[in-house]
Amino acid sequence: MSEQPHLSNWSCPLPLRDYPGIVLGHGGGGKLSSELVEHLFLPAFKNEALANLGDASVVSVPPGRLAISTDSFVVQPLFFPGGCIGDLAVNGTVNDLAVGGARPLYLTVGFILEEGFPLSSLAMIVDRMAAAAGNAGVQVVTGDTKVVERGHGDGCYINTSGIGVVPHGVDVGPAKASPDDVVLVSGTIGDHGMAVMSVREGLQFETLIESDTASLHDLIEQMMAAGGSAVHAMRDPTRGGVASSLNEIAKSSGVGIVLDEKALPVRPDVQAACDILGMDPIYVANEGKVLAFVSPDAASQVLEAMRKHPLGMNASIIGRAVNHHAGIVAARTAIGASRVIPMQIGEQLPRIC
Amino acid sequence: MKYLNEYRDGELAQKLAREIRQVVTQPWKIMEVCGGQTHSIIRNGIDQLLPKDLEMIHGPGCPVCVTPLETIDKALAIAAHPNVVFCSFGDMLRVPGSHSDLFRVKAEGGDVRIVYSPLDAVNLARQNPSKEVVFFGVGFETTAPANAMAVYLARQQGLKNFSALISHVLVPPAIEAIMDSPSNSVQAFLAAGHVCSVMGYWQYPALARKYGVPIVVTGFEPLDILEGIRRAILQLEAGEAEVANAYERVVTREGNQAAQKLLEQMFEETDRSWRGIGLIPKSGWRLREAYREFDAEHRFQVTAIRTVESSLCRSGEVLRGALKPNQCPAFGKECTPRRPLGATMVSSEGACAAYYNYGRFISLDQVAHV
Repeated sequence: MSEQPHLSNWSCPLPLRDYPGIVLGHGGGGKLSSELVEHLFLPAFKNEALANLGDASVVSVPPGRLAISTDSFVVQPLFFPGGCIGDLAVNGTVNDLAVGGARPLYLTVGFILEEGFPLSSLAMIVDRMAAAAGNAGVQVVTGDTKVVERGHGDGCYINTSGIGVVPHGVDVGPAKASPDDVVLVSGTIGDHGMAVMSVREGLQFETLIESDTASLHDLIEQMMAAGGSAVHAMRDPTRGGVASSLNEIAKSSGVGIVLDEKALPVRPDVQAACDILGMDPIYVANEGKVLAFVSPDAASQVLEAMRKHPLGMNASIIGRAVNHHAGIVAARTAIGASRVIPMQIGEQLPRIC
Repeated sequence: MKYLNEYRDGELAQKLAREIRQVVTQPWKIMEVCGGQTHSIIRNGIDQLLPKDLEMIHGPGCPVCVTPLETIDKALAIAAHPNVVFCSFGDMLRVPGSHSDLFRVKAEGGDVRIVYSPLDAVNLARQNPSKEVVFFGVGFETTAPANAMAVYLARQQGLKNFSALISHVLVPPAIEAIMDSPSNSVQAFLAAGHVCSVMGYWQYPALARKYGVPIVVTGFEPLDILEGIRRAILQLEAGEAEVANAYERVVTREGNQAAQKLLEQMFEETDRSWRGIGLIPKSGWRLREAYREFDAEHRFQVTAIRTVESSLCRSGEVLRGALKPNQCPAFGKECTPRRPLGATMVSSEGACAAYYNYGRFISLDQVAHV
């Protein structure tokens, strides 16, 4: 099992006398299952809808269109500098809703646990999920736990689905970017991917790179307040990094995108780690950043609003949507030449030399 | 960042490019030997700053590209063994053999792991005495010392469960093969800085004399490459053919002598087939007879595997600068980055893959100022 974070004053809420680890019975629907729900999930996620323990939770939603999203989390290691799988599972789905212009409201959570997985680790993950949900103002309203035999899972997998409401008049989406839109990013890129990689691969860098996992709903709300309908498209550039998200938007919107490489905010330690491994930060995952396409007249207001927010202090203008080379992302390189930033075929791999 | 950003300075790069443009009076073809340099040229768009008359030919120096199909097939056969932990550098996992790749072997149950150093594989062998740990040791002279050291340590530690599939290739014989080819058009070489950091450049004056080509030892950052090109051009325009060192902060004439001594002790020269190019005599290293017990080819009895490369592929001509990728009949049809036939389509920095991705065909004036 992966190393565990140091949480001062943390104590496990479960009665651990008999079972320090997950056993098959915890997913069996019997007494052990309900103990898990009663002692761990209910107190952590406490809310009325969940407390009913019905087969389905009934919730009410304000007027507007519903946004629905689902994501599964299989990160290794489960705990890494700056967060854990629990943070990702909540923030990831909250962010997917938020970049669609929705106010995130409710989450569902499904755990797939491996026999023998320490209950204390599960409790820590749940604790982080509850904190992240509280921070994002969403309620975890229903959940499910299954246990697989030892050797058939990686400790803990989590699926979350989320529901949010898109207020009337809001219409953002990956197909809405138009030529001349200014491309903004809310902060440094590549932090999460390199943080996970440095612990997963046992690479020792001189500094600790931390994941940027965070829920972006509040930052995005501020951006929408500042830019209104001038905010056309947003994306949280997770797997595949900024490059993949921009390629998707270029294709969906039928625009070209031009980046100014010098303007891409990259932490020096992340850049150094990427250089060592022969990787490009533009393809490395983020878990707490948003890309936005904003019409030029509103770009500076939106940028200003981003920079006022703790999660957007390093926000920058990194490029522009253009009328040329539709569907293709190009960059002006640091030495004043150009290059195309294609979609990667698979995962970025460390190079031999 | 110290010692890196200094070599990525846009203004200095423009200044060097201007100097090059001022000096060039006629068409020249310069080959950068190393895949790392090709990567940097494409990644930074360095060639766009050069005069139209100066053509950069992307040489055969990408270890991922030139590792023979046969070696990949041997790796796949070994990695599929039930008791084997097969360790490789990351970017070899995607390289297709005849019918599969290491990713697929992994998906089908093979224990294939990415490591960052061959010494990681030695440690794995020590920690897992009941497993056979195999390291896939490919690459040029650059990666050879660490691979040699892994085998050396395995013997020293008495590890019976470690072996290496070694398929090293060497730069100087490749330069000779390129120059000896009747259709050669290369007029100067940028020698690979990392290779020279190990081997020095004492082998090159003889080549420069024999073929009348300037050879400039060159680094990998934009300014390094532009400076290498500038020095090569100055020589070409002056009708000189010398060996110069434009990577002095890393490379000495003698190179890393401790590494060379170890290499001499562990490896012997062998003929080697290069993917897409064919057999080049004495262009590779293999483990010496005395270390045969650590040779995975023998341990797993895959020496008999023979693979014939596609006759459709003309990447050898592309690598010599005799053919443009899109002039090849298989380009984009039988041969794509997902199903590559030859070296230059395998790696994203190969010339054919770069053409395929259209990467290089957005002109600078289309890339608006942001």
